[in-house]
Amino acid sequence: MSKAKEVLLNPIFNDNPIALQILGICSALAVTGNLYITLIMCVALTTVVTLSNLSVSLIRNHIPTNIRIIVQISIIATLVMLVDEVLQAFDYESSKTLSVFVGLIVTNCIVMGRAEAFAMKNGPLMSAIDGFGNGLGYSVILIVIAIIREFVGAGTFYGIEIMPLTTNGGWYLANNFFLTPASSFFIIGFTIWALRQWKTEQIEESEFKISKNSLEGEKGAA
Amino acid sequence: MLEAYLSIFIKAVFIENIAINFFLGMCTFLAISKRIQPAIGLGIAVIVVLGLAVPINNLIFNYFLKADALFPGSDLHFVGLICYIGIIAALVQILEMFLDRYIPALYNALGVFLPLITVNCAILGGVLFSIERNLEFTESIVYGLGAGTGWALAIVALAGITERLKYADIPEGLQGLGITFITVGLMCFGFLSFGGISL
Repeated sequence: MSKAKEVLLNPIFNDNPIALQILGICSALAVTGNLYITLIMCVALTTVVTLSNLSVSLIRNHIPTNIRIIVQISIIATLVMLVDEVLQAFDYESSKTLSVFVGLIVTNCIVMGRAEAFAMKNGPLMSAIDGFGNGLGYSVILIVIAIIREFVGAGTFYGIEIMPLTTNGGWYLANNFFLTPASSFFIIGFTIWALRQWKTEQIEESEFKISKNSLEGEKGAA
Repeated sequence: MLEAYLSIFIKAVFIENIAINFFLGMCTFLAISKRIQPAIGLGIAVIVVLGLAVPINNLIFNYFLKADALFPGSDLHFVGLICYIGIIAALVQILEMFLDRYIPALYNALGVFLPLITVNCAILGGVLFSIERNLEFTESIVYGLGAGTGWALAIVALAGITERLKYADIPEGLQGLGITFITVGLMCFGFLSFGGISL
């Protein structure tokens, strides 16, 4: 079972869909202002990617190569519609907050990318595990960002007040910056930096090496 | 009347920029923003496709999918997603063939970007926003073009910055993706300042 374990755990730190493969970033930035909403988004995406990998893998030998993209997109769109309907039925408030972002799972490159890169070549069980692992890799980054944003921006953790705000007679002055879209860019940027400092093989090669004595002006950069 | 359209356009370009404020089309946005030339090509392609896809899907929604639109008691809004994505894919395909036949220069300039656009969330996002906000047909044309222009503006600006950043001494782990994120974050501040405009 070590292969299954590797397929499951690899996408979390070594081959993370957001930090390394640059996939599915749109929703990672947009829905992370509040931990509860983020968790719903993570569950929705993990469900879709697992089931789509499973279904694509089951019929992979019957899909003609020329029209495989449209087949994959139809499968994904159908799954997303199901998830959207379920969400609207059971948690209408959150579905309003997420607005178009649940629908946008259709064009989330993680789902499409895994169907194309993994499910078309591997068996159903492995594909489902791979989908679940990638869903987890996506969720880990999103949850980290959401915890930071909610904690610093509103002084709460999962809606529970940790640091009482000055507006409620407490001592913590909320940092509204962390509720703006800009903050998520910075948090992801620094998360990637931290991850690459730990897993150094993920560092990208610099296009131009700056020579040591560039400050003296002898050999200018580049 | 004209003022109302102008306000939708300005709002879509600056205040509610689809790339910077809603993070749509981020994957392509980050991947293609290393040089200015391809960024401009992709930007134009997105303007064209959004300008077509938003109004067409708007018509489809209003005349087929909306409650009571097809016949009294019909409600097909739940198949919306699969319709929109199908229409976008078909539209991109037709546009590609049309350009190849009649405007080869533009076709060569856009190159590989056209097919990529099918799975760009900026397009589907623009369509979904226009439907969520109940825009009319003409409004949706203006909104589509505005959203496309905003996206193109943002990607060209980012490509310009990234081109300069090559020569900067960046810490190893921050190289590439990391510094791009932080740059976009700073650009986001710039765009936030447009938020004060009242239309």
